[in-house]
Amino acid sequence: MATTTDAAGRTYEPSQPYEVSRVKIEEFADAIGEPSPLCRDRAAAQAAGYPDVIGPPTFAIVVTAGVSGMIVRDLGMNYAMVVHGEQSFTHARPLHAGDVVVTQSTIEKIRQVRDMTMLTTVTQIRTVDGEHVCTARSILVERGT
Amino acid sequence: MSSPSDKRSYAQTKPGTELPPRQYQVTRRDLVRYAGASGDFNVIHWNERVAKAVGLPDVIGHGMLTMALAGRFLTEWAGDPGAVTEFGVRFSSPVVVPDDDKGATVEFAGTVTEQLDGNQVAVDVTARSGEAKVLSRARAVVRLA
Repeated sequence: MATTTDAAGRTYEPSQPYEVSRVKIEEFADAIGEPSPLCRDRAAAQAAGYPDVIGPPTFAIVVTAGVSGMIVRDLGMNYAMVVHGEQSFTHARPLHAGDVVVTQSTIEKIRQVRDMTMLTTVTQIRTVDGEHVCTARSILVERGT
Repeated sequence: MSSPSDKRSYAQTKPGTELPPRQYQVTRRDLVRYAGASGDFNVIHWNERVAKAVGLPDVIGHGMLTMALAGRFLTEWAGDPGAVTEFGVRFSSPVVVPDDDKGATVEFAGTVTEQLDGNQVAVDVTARSGEAKVLSRARAVVRLA
């Protein structure tokens, strides 16, 4: 592996639009055991003040699926040796069914720590109308480098 | 249907408030379901042969599933799946999921550390599975009623 630290600061092209669906939110809520009707029933979500069913706190990871794989491939990292080190989300509001969003990622930094390469990526999630919804920050760790 | 009385009160949630601890089971079936829901089909989360070949003790759960369960722990406490405005974790140790009907048990606890503006509180979360501390630096900002 040779993850060059020259890639720090690299910004990738925005993704194709992703349409958040009620069905996918419900599937995700079921998978994590989240019981709330606000993740399943539009009327319940609207009664609670949301435009439609809302994703639970880590649902943004579904929207950003593919980002880490893309960056790992772009930098020539060995996916078998990559583990997820850290993750954070800052939400302006929850994602909801009907949102059409685009993601854009930047490599914030690359650090070498002993025999590990630590890659920090920041991904912005915005609607196609330009409304910022969520900032996701991820640290991937490639072992044995 | 969610009503204002289902949501936890900011005024009554002072620093030092302990969240009631929760335990969630994670079986191999849950890992399959989460892989489908999240789009993360990394083979170490469902294949014991490959997990052991890369040096793991057994199949391990997705770090993001543990984070999702921590998010559920917070939203069940708050009474609203949209209540978590900021959330970050470090994945300190994997959740090892054996091939049996019981799977792994992940135990969550939390403490309110600060009252913030906008009816929000800061919460520190702990997560353990067996002897292992599976999340560290797990902190969230939760908006209450």
